[in-house]
Amino acid sequence: MKPLTEIGQLAEHYDLAVVGAGPAGLSAAARASELGLAVLLVDENPEPGGQIYRSITTTPVTDRAVLGVDYWRGADLVARLKRSAAAYAARCTVWSIAPDVESDGASFEIGLSLDGRARLITAGQVILATGAQERPFPIPGWTLPGVMTAGAAQIALKSSAIVPKGRTVIAGCGPLLYLLAGQLAAAGAEIVAVLDTTPRRNWPAALGALPDFLRSPYLAKGLKLMAKARRSLRFLGGVTSLAVEGSGRLSTIRFERGGASESIACDTLLLHQGVIPSVNLSNAAGCAHEFDTVQHCWVPQLDDWFASSVPGIAIAGDGAGIGGAESAALRGEIAALDSARRLGRITIAERDNHAAPIRTALGRTLRGRRFLDLLYKPATQFLAPIVDDTIICRCEEVTAGQVRDAAKRLGVTGPNQMKAFLRCGMGPCQGRLCGPTVVELIAETRGTTPAEVGYYRLRPPVKPVTLAELASLPQSEAAVKAVVR
Amino acid sequence: MFRPMSDAKSAATLSFSFDGRPLIGRDGDTVAASLLANGVDVCRETPVSGAPRAPYCLMGVCFECLVVIDGVGNRQGCMVPLRDGMTIETQHGRRQPEEMQG
Ligand SMILES: Cc1cc2nc3c(=O)[nH]c(=O)nc-3n(C[C@H](O)[C@@H](O)[C@H](O)COP(=O)(O)OP(=O)(O)OC[C@H]3O[C@@H](n4cnc5c(N)ncnc54)[C@H](O)[C@@H]3O)c2cc1C
Ligand code: FES
Repeated sequence: MKPLTEIGQLAEHYDLAVVGAGPAGLSAAARASELGLAVLLVDENPEPGGQIYRSITTTPVTDRAVLGVDYWRGADLVARLKRSAAAYAARCTVWSIAPDVESDGASFEIGLSLDGRARLITAGQVILATGAQERPFPIPGWTLPGVMTAGAAQIALKSSAIVPKGRTVIAGCGPLLYLLAGQLAAAGAEIVAVLDTTPRRNWPAALGALPDFLRSPYLAKGLKLMAKARRSLRFLGGVTSLAVEGSGRLSTIRFERGGASESIACDTLLLHQGVIPSVNLSNAAGCAHEFDTVQHCWVPQLDDWFASSVPGIAIAGDGAGIGGAESAALRGEIAALDSARRLGRITIAERDNHAAPIRTALGRTLRGRRFLDLLYKPATQFLAPIVDDTIICRCEEVTAGQVRDAAKRLGVTGPNQMKAFLRCGMGPCQGRLCGPTVVELIAETRGTTPAEVGYYRLRPPVKPVTLAELASLPQSEAAVKAVVR
Repeated sequence: MFRPMSDAKSAATLSFSFDGRPLIGRDGDTVAASLLANGVDVCRETPVSGAPRAPYCLMGVCFECLVVIDGVGNRQGCMVPLRDGMTIETQHGRRQPEEMQG
């Protein structure tokens, strides 16, 4: 591996650029490099690992039992990258990807920033391995300090070995909820309750997918996790509504279960409603997306090799649809094989041969996923908040009521028009935290589906870039197009 | 807000300031993590209503961790590694062009 610490050290051109150093990106970069491609791997975090293996090479957590065996497996992926010849730039954000007009479409122009300096480079092929984010979970009062995502607490734990101080409540649904609760408790956090919002009516649908789950690797792992968390923590199931109270800071979580209302005083509330693919970069790069009704989220349209609708851009890992860390790594390898084939470095037959055992393993890791997706599908009241005062766009402070009103009274039919009317999605997070909810609210109000409503049309730069950074860029035609398109 | 685990690996300490208050952080932490570990409750006030906000996702998604670092505003505290001697300030409301220069 060749570590790059300054933006000037990047080459002008790479055969393959991989965005994201989670399991998908690490495997894609290593495999492509092993096949002889000149590879650049970039990630905006200071260390490789992505979300699951965050800070795997630097974590200050010493007790290995706290994060569990799965976490420490990440070291092997990083070691493989280190053995490879790939270039790796940490703290480097990709903010645009566009066809390089000067190369007649044979390569992409990629806008990157590192340490406050921007740069444009080119790459023949691109693999987006940008992973997932937590699903937005707007409830009344969720903008109060003291409320965070459960993933945030996990990140703080893995990268800084710090845990929430005082009384902590975890609320939401999904397999990660139990994992996070268990990890935080093992790390010494005072988890006073886990409020489980998994809708009981999900069970009938999920049972149809049970046979596959029973033969899947998730089963043993999941049961162990659940049993451990339930044994040691106070679990309250069947939670149907949540609201945060406090003046200037969270002090109480109020909730309903079984028709009765209850409350718990707490210092930290951690919210989690599963994860959804991060689509900002793929959306802005022009890749077509569709609504996955089982995972209930937008996913890029991909073929068997994870190639997107834009020839030359592939999407691997959880960014291609949620599949978990093991499948992310395998998808990364498959995408890398196809990149090598597209560049003419291996034949179709070689690609297929290499891919066959990886596909078998991928099938195995994904078996049983459907059961989890169906069982942990968030309740509708958390997807489209019922209380009108609930802020859904944290940046511009737009409420659920305003979106409903604009959809009903003003006849706003889609998220892009909603943006123009209410400024939701116009803040610095560029819709990452309101997009799914806006779509849901419009669909609900207009009696249609998220698929029909569509999603925000996003534009580069997908992360804010300063004017000084842009001004310092060499002005190629493509550069101008990437910004003004 | 947050406290260190008792058996965390030790790291070099860094001095920095938040709104003029001298604080101590750990090498390897991000700005947002150091603020949380130092009991800082609020790091920005929103441009629309002035409501207080604190880091929410710690992974670069929500932009709630925006602070002014060494005079440069709109920096994502959860993505910036803490450095010795950093001057960090609450980001109040909307940034004005003249404040944004580093
Ligand atoms: C907060 C959180 C915590 C999770 N914890 C666990 C867990 O403990 N166990 C588990 O099994 N699953 C966990 N998951 C699910 C998980 O994401 C995985 O299945 C796995 O990490 C997916 O791997 P990936 O390679 O697809 O993406 P990720 O591991 O998410 O890696 C994506 C990487 O891309 C980088 N990136 C994204 N956009 C850009 C850009 N524009 N420029 C530069 N870099 C960029 C990110 O910094 C990140 O490092 C978690 C998910 C989230 C959101
Ligand atoms: S805390 Fe969400 S972007 Fe930093």
